[in-house]
Amino acid sequence: MEIDFAHKQSAHCENGVVSNLMRHYGFEVSEPMVFGIGSGLLFSYLPFIKVDHAPVFTYRVLPGLIFNRFAKRVGIKVKREKFKNQKIAKERLDENLRNSNPVGLQVGVFNLIYFPDEYRFHFNAHNMVVYGKKEGNYLISDPVMESVTSLTEKQLEKVRFAKGAFAPKGHMYYPVAFPEKLEIEKAIVKGIKQTCRDMTAPVPIVGVKAMKWVASNIRKWPKKVGAKRTNHYLGQIVRMQEEIGTGGGGFRYIYAAFLQEAGKLLNNNELLVLSKQMTEIGDQWRDFAVDASRIYKNRSSESDGYKVIADQLEAIAQREELFFKTLKKAI
Amino acid sequence: MKKNEVPQDESKLEKANIKDMVYAVDENGNYVTELSTGWNPKTIALDNTIKQIEERVAAAKEKVLKNESSPLEYYMELNKMDLPILASYVGIWKWRVKRHFKPSVFKKLPQKTLEKYADVFDISVEDLQHIKA
Repeated sequence: MEIDFAHKQSAHCENGVVSNLMRHYGFEVSEPMVFGIGSGLLFSYLPFIKVDHAPVFTYRVLPGLIFNRFAKRVGIKVKREKFKNQKIAKERLDENLRNSNPVGLQVGVFNLIYFPDEYRFHFNAHNMVVYGKKEGNYLISDPVMESVTSLTEKQLEKVRFAKGAFAPKGHMYYPVAFPEKLEIEKAIVKGIKQTCRDMTAPVPIVGVKAMKWVASNIRKWPKKVGAKRTNHYLGQIVRMQEEIGTGGGGFRYIYAAFLQEAGKLLNNNELLVLSKQMTEIGDQWRDFAVDASRIYKNRSSESDGYKVIADQLEAIAQREELFFKTLKKAI
Repeated sequence: MKKNEVPQDESKLEKANIKDMVYAVDENGNYVTELSTGWNPKTIALDNTIKQIEERVAAAKEKVLKNESSPLEYYMELNKMDLPILASYVGIWKWRVKRHFKPSVFKKLPQKTLEKYADVFDISVEDLQHIKA
């Protein structure tokens, strides 16, 4: 069986799955809209959790949160299921497909065969849509791919039951109820307000405070953990910021696109101006990535380079702080 | 970032026929999406990470050959895992997995446990017990 499902590539997998599933049910919602309404933008620094032998840096909210918030704010209902038993997980998936119901799946990328080896890490928060089964193979719409693909039963089971942090446990989700009309305008305001609140929160591990904390740590790391580990940490920051799925500049460009779309929809010129500013902030993040990569490429241990990028990061933090305070008032 | 400035550098994505989608501004100031073949700063970051993994694999291999650790540690690194990830894949407590890193303990592991590990690494028990020098 094959469900008539329109695949559209997106920058980020979770937004893409939501946007594609929404389109399937007749609601055209762009990727930036999903991301903005779901308050996807963030910065967070978790020095006490190590992944790939480096602290956790993230430019977005926890997996699953974007869809949950989006659903709640526009008024749709989402059904989520997790499984202990792999056989039941497969049966439930097949049952949905038989009912012509495309579903979103959370999967790990380590065993995702169509990814290049270099990209296959134990990252368990990837998302895809399954839209059919043909000759024992599942038909897959992976939002970061240009076109659709397929996986065998065994291959899909492996990625659905990947282990480690954020283990998907067969996690399957799909919308089950829609309102007559989506409450986009109200949802936009709610989404923006939450992002402003998160980014300016008085907690050291999120938002601009976390960025400042990372900046001060970059100055200390060379002495504390040595140049090699410092460079590894910087590499992690750049990867989290720019790797597949961010849309560039640590999700800042997607957010700028959202503000532009929201500004037009709400007839709010201030949002259009702020969109331009967000683009500039994204450009600053790109510059930061260029300079950081220069340090670890040359494997230079001169502390001068570290100081320069730490200053850069602090400048971005200050700019974002001002930005989100202005954005809060603009809405 | 402007649409015509979206980087099209060489990257590891090309061989898998994947292009990265980024958001950029067109000549009228409107946001559009554009595909990118890669960007050098992130390629450098990825190369750096891969190099680190290779170093870890080589170091683990040397330890195993010197009989300072069991092959489990080598295969763990080879599969880009760390202790918590390996432990959750085999379903064995972390401290026990760590104990299995001791060559003397590893040698006495029952066939069933060895099979569990071999399964996770997708290799034969034979390969699990003897790594190629």
